[in-house]
Amino acid sequence: MQVNDELVDQLSTLARLTFKPEEKEGIKTDLQKMISFIEKLNELDTTGVEPLLFMSDEVNVLREDEVKGSITREEGLLNAPLRDDKFFKVPKVIRK
Amino acid sequence: MNGQTTCVEAVRHYLDKISASSHLNAWLEVYEVEALETAALLDKQRHSGSPLGRLHGVIVGIKDVICHKDHKVSAASRVLENFTSVYSATATDRLLADEAIIIGRQNCDEFAMGSSNENSAYGPVRNAIDEERVPGGSSGGSAVAVQAGMCMVSLGSDTGGSVRQPADFCGIVGMKPSYGSISRYGLIAYASSFDQIGILAKNVDDVKLVLDVIAGADEFDSTVKQKPSHIPALKKSYRFCYFQNALEHSSLDPTISEEIKGFIKKLTGEGHTVEPVAFDLLDYIVPTYYVLTTAEASSNLSRYDGVKYGYRNSNKENNLNELYQQTRSEGFGPEVKRRILLGTFVLSAGYFDAYFTKAQKVRRLLVDKTLKIFEEYDAIILPTVPTPAYKIGEKKDPVEIFLADIYTVYANLVGIPAISLPLFKNDKGLPFGLQLMSSQNNELHLLSLSKLLINLRFSGK
Amino acid sequence: MDVNGKYEAVIGLEVHAQLQTQSKLFSGDSASFGAEPNTHISPITLAHPGTLPKTNKKAVEYAIMMGLACNCEIERYNYFARKNYFYPDLPKGYQVSQHTTPICKGGYVSIKTKDAERNVQLNRIHLEEDAGKSIHDADDNYTCIDLNRAGVPLIEIVTEPDMHSAEEAFQYVTEIRKLVRWIGVCDGNMEEGSLRCDANVSIRLKGETTLGTKVEVKNLNSIRNVKKAIEYEIDRMIGMVEKGETIIQQTRSFDADNDTTFAIRDKEEANDYRYFPEPDLTPFLLTEEFIAGIQARLPALPQVLFAKYKLLGLSEYDAHQMCDDKATAAYFEQAIAYSKNYKAIVNWMTGPLRQVVNEQNISFNELSITPKTLADLVTIVEEGKVNFSVASLKVLPVLLSNPVKGPLQVAEELNLIQVSGSADIENWVNEVLAKMPDKVVEYKKGKKGLIGLFVGEIKKVSKGKADPKKATQLLEEKLR
Repeated sequence: MQVNDELVDQLSTLARLTFKPEEKEGIKTDLQKMISFIEKLNELDTTGVEPLLFMSDEVNVLREDEVKGSITREEGLLNAPLRDDKFFKVPKVIRK
Repeated sequence: MNGQTTCVEAVRHYLDKISASSHLNAWLEVYEVEALETAALLDKQRHSGSPLGRLHGVIVGIKDVICHKDHKVSAASRVLENFTSVYSATATDRLLADEAIIIGRQNCDEFAMGSSNENSAYGPVRNAIDEERVPGGSSGGSAVAVQAGMCMVSLGSDTGGSVRQPADFCGIVGMKPSYGSISRYGLIAYASSFDQIGILAKNVDDVKLVLDVIAGADEFDSTVKQKPSHIPALKKSYRFCYFQNALEHSSLDPTISEEIKGFIKKLTGEGHTVEPVAFDLLDYIVPTYYVLTTAEASSNLSRYDGVKYGYRNSNKENNLNELYQQTRSEGFGPEVKRRILLGTFVLSAGYFDAYFTKAQKVRRLLVDKTLKIFEEYDAIILPTVPTPAYKIGEKKDPVEIFLADIYTVYANLVGIPAISLPLFKNDKGLPFGLQLMSSQNNELHLLSLSKLLINLRFSGK
Repeated sequence: MDVNGKYEAVIGLEVHAQLQTQSKLFSGDSASFGAEPNTHISPITLAHPGTLPKTNKKAVEYAIMMGLACNCEIERYNYFARKNYFYPDLPKGYQVSQHTTPICKGGYVSIKTKDAERNVQLNRIHLEEDAGKSIHDADDNYTCIDLNRAGVPLIEIVTEPDMHSAEEAFQYVTEIRKLVRWIGVCDGNMEEGSLRCDANVSIRLKGETTLGTKVEVKNLNSIRNVKKAIEYEIDRMIGMVEKGETIIQQTRSFDADNDTTFAIRDKEEANDYRYFPEPDLTPFLLTEEFIAGIQARLPALPQVLFAKYKLLGLSEYDAHQMCDDKATAAYFEQAIAYSKNYKAIVNWMTGPLRQVVNEQNISFNELSITPKTLADLVTIVEEGKVNFSVASLKVLPVLLSNPVKGPLQVAEELNLIQVSGSADIENWVNEVLAKMPDKVVEYKKGKKGLIGLFVGEIKKVSKGKADPKKATQLLEEKLR
């Protein structure tokens, strides 16, 4: 399939990535190469094959409902790029 | 490992080695003070007669994707440049509980994505055997550290060969256990159904020792096997197989092919059976691998958004979406971004069935095929990598780089344990290994077979 | 409203209920409400690199309990999936939810409106984790993020587009709230956000079978607002269609100040969530045994009790009252073990005891008057030892402050025991009639209502001890 600018833009939006104009051609080419590469899978007939969903054989792995493993607010906010003593902060999300 | 030396002396020795080899860029951080303090404490405990931990005084390096409480970890990325972990990986905890000394964190490809350690935000790592060449990746730093005697053992991570391939390029042992063998809690995720912590060392005994300590059930990881590994039954002779087309593959260096064929003859000479098996799916394993790993990675890396931790673009005029876009685009390197885009593509509406579901079906075929193989054979033999270490900067095309993973991704796709054994050198003195794989949950068997092969190779017969 | 009954509304509701577990769905930090911001957190909740989820067993049990209570089919093999999107209160950049395999499928909930009783069909109930909170007014320049709520277990209950009026929607949410509280999986508090409702509303011409364009309405934080919002939407959409305008598929928010809705985003901005099975968690393979165990631990549901009480002879209204909530039903169940006078028990529980419970702001299980004591109260009235009025106005208050004493004891101590002996009553009757000869004449002339006056006088003269029934009886005989 053909990779066009629209597809690259759609994917970038979904992935929250942005490319400078000079990078766009390169990324488009790379993506085209990679997608053409994975299209090789179409050669295989997989009719009637169940997709493999999980690598582990385990089922029903559960834990008891106990309160443990918490960290303090200080520890939690320690690495925050923008914060005050209580919250993580982000640009205002515009709401009506 | 040496009964005569004190821990402090050992640490000093390795710190000196690290300094002398700093140009190899294997380490992102060296914990000089802390390692010496720990060593002193261990020496004191030993003198007072306390029972020794199984890894007492063993000097370990950990790849920059394994968390260590109150220490920085960055996945060799700018996006986590000054991030300090507030908890330790289960593997880290277990190493420390058994009295290992963690001497530093090791350079790698960014988010473990790469096969040459040229994708680190902190510069490439150099192969000690030939400093113009790559050490392999993504656990390049971990491999070079062991190769150049800068630590005794390294913990790396292996998603598509990232422990075995650098072990191959660096002439050491590199092992990836079964999926679900070692807890992934604290391993920075790349592809959740492929990732495993792996062990790099000079010999198989050291690998086994570390595996015993860090593997096993863990309350924090739901995908860890609840049952321990099988204890192997010893036999006089074993049945090995190899993929017919693998040894004839167009990408395989003829020297490697010849050496391995020669070694196969040796094995049969010893009374073992070594047979080719048809493996029609060989050319589909790399595309399958890249569809599934990039898909999982595109999701696993969404958390790097500049909100809770890590790098954030500082432009105060940014709205929320701009913040995300700038932060992620500036924080991630090009290879990571490429893979995120590909992963986003295969998961998106309209393409999901054709690519993601398709790849999951091929994975099922591979698992089924693997089960059949192990009904008849004890182990699979393959090359580890089609070529030995290449020059830094030599390979640029992403797909060409993907294709070199052809022998290693198989084990991650089907969850079986695999090891690269440093059996050979080419005429330039560049090492290359042999890869051995056993069935799931059979790593102990794999390790004992490994010793058998090494003994055979170096026995002078 | 509806122009000549020309249109039919089609409504589907999505209710999110926070499960009242101690810890979160995938991590051990506390799931309780109301803590200081960012104090119920863990590396897992914060989506720190390398962290992994592990499922809370209790949350799974609670989800299955709700499924059983709603007559759903429990999916034996089900698993979690990642729903990928970016938002600051979603730490991982994906929500772990269930997509193609909800833990409960189908099902129905019985509702009663003024006109009818019917079953609202459910599509599914699935488990998912809650997001954190974005607070927009704590800081002038930034939105503040509190991750306490991130990871709290939710069940999402989705109906088919099976309701046709705001009233039905109102009853449905009421019933859901009652059920989750009844079985003990959620406290149903809409103000605190432990129960949330989104509505999908569309209209079509009556008789049409295809669905019209639907609009999603959010921010419905009370059951009343659910009704109001839907009423507004139906009117708005009918108004548009009548004018020939096209309804756009969009998301709207309810404005509680004006009882109106306003658009917040159009369909075109909808996200591609790129769902795929969650590789860090194992699937569920639920055994018959496991499900049967949960079924056995489920308390008797209101519908079942309602039917039982009607069989006991209670009116629909009374039966409904006794199943109003689990505490009331439990209390009633215990009381009827001691006394067969069901009607009297109901009268006490809907009358004087209801008043106490309301005043003290408690539930029946916290009432200091035990079901046994209630049964004793009923008995002493039944036996004519005191009348109902005396029992409720004089005996009850004393019992409330002295829960150890029995009603009979209190009545005796206060000298309230009614006199039913004919001789005594006859004396009082004679006394009163002698006092009011002119009234007697009036009575005999036809003013039968005066009997009440005579009984009242007898009460006074006997200081409340005369059994009013006996007194009335004797009066009527004497005045024949």
